[in-house]
Amino acid sequence: MALLSNAAALLGKEVRTEFRSRELLSTTIVFVLIVVVVFSFTFDPTTNESHRFGPGLLWMAFLFAASLMLQPCFLREQVNDTLSALRLAVSDPFAIFLAKIGANTLFLLLTEVIMLPVFAALFNVSFGGQLPGILLTFFLGSLGISTVGTALAAISAQARMRELLLPLLLLPLLTPILVVSTEVTIRLMLPEPSMEWKGIGLMAAYDVVFLTVLWLFGEYLLEE
Amino acid sequence: MIRRIAFGTVAVALVLLGAYAAFYVAPEERTMGAIQKIFYFHASTAWAGETTFFVCFVANLLYIWKRKPKYDWLGVTCAEVGVACITVVLITGPIWARPVWGIWWTWDARLTSTFVLWILYVCYLLLRTLVDEPERRALLSALFGVFAFIDVPIVFGAIRWWRTQHPAPVIMGGPGSGLDPVMKKVFLFNVLAMHVLAAFLIVERYLLEETKYDVDMLQREAEAR
Repeated sequence: MALLSNAAALLGKEVRTEFRSRELLSTTIVFVLIVVVVFSFTFDPTTNESHRFGPGLLWMAFLFAASLMLQPCFLREQVNDTLSALRLAVSDPFAIFLAKIGANTLFLLLTEVIMLPVFAALFNVSFGGQLPGILLTFFLGSLGISTVGTALAAISAQARMRELLLPLLLLPLLTPILVVSTEVTIRLMLPEPSMEWKGIGLMAAYDVVFLTVLWLFGEYLLEE
Repeated sequence: MIRRIAFGTVAVALVLLGAYAAFYVAPEERTMGAIQKIFYFHASTAWAGETTFFVCFVANLLYIWKRKPKYDWLGVTCAEVGVACITVVLITGPIWARPVWGIWWTWDARLTSTFVLWILYVCYLLLRTLVDEPERRALLSALFGVFAFIDVPIVFGAIRWWRTQHPAPVIMGGPGSGLDPVMKKVFLFNVLAMHVLAAFLIVERYLLEETKYDVDMLQREAEAR
């Protein structure tokens, strides 16, 4: 129980810090918008093709955005060595990870929800009655990206060339999320949409597996 | 020293014997002809590479648990030998696929997950070059190694799920099911040969890593004085 209350307090801190400046969110949203627009130059986005490629491009934009957005989550703590203070404050270091994963999932989800109608309009796809399914896919995808991303941000923050290293470590590890979430989203945005529960199950399994790995090994990532 | 030379000689002799058996003992495959011979090296190297990565994973876990430098040496050694093996697999695969399937590459579950596996361990080796402090490097790379190894089966599952939804462009009837008994024996001999070769490379590379560590320690001692 101490774990959850600690994590909740830290999550509050993360969210408060972000909403004071909204730096991370506004930059990420603009970045995703730019990526989507740049992608649209590479093929004609108004044809039927867009149903097939659009969701993949959207997820790639989210992935690239995440690999930049997750960067500061541990670097921020290095400036005044607040990470040491955090470690002393909580009984289980996993609380720090839970809070950061929660905050990153929330920020990523917000970006995705804001970008969804923009994307739908620009790429001429409809998601009408499929909103709950899309939100579920977005949530499971963002949770997976944030879980692995937060762990790897803790690794890359301790290395040289960290800005380049995080996407390098993160993108290959996120292959399953990209493959499955794209396929599920494509099916939800087809003219006759269908829900791929097997894909949803795979994403949930990915999230659970890596949350467990982080729970087991997280404390070593924060060692002095 | 003599033991190391003997080990090396045995490893090379086994690989050469395996090659001889593949070309002169194993019967020629009916539809694919001579090109099928590459399968003996391709698949056996893949098996050796996968075993090596598994040893790397175990070494990573042991390092996190015990914090002995020797597990770190074993980890980096196995990652390097494994990357070398999988590089061979990724080169010999397309050479075989081109005449048989008519294409160099297909994004099928096995191929893609092998490719991702290779990329992940290249990243593991890259990560090691970017952390200066030895203990930190050992711990961080061991942790990344654990993440990477666990990811690979999920990659395989995800792509297989995705591919079975759409029929693959080529028939995935690779040799392996219903192998001729002589072919099977030759293949298993090659698997053994490649494992011995990988073990030899691991031992050599491990000793090099150990020497490197000793030199590093001496250098630090000299600087401290």
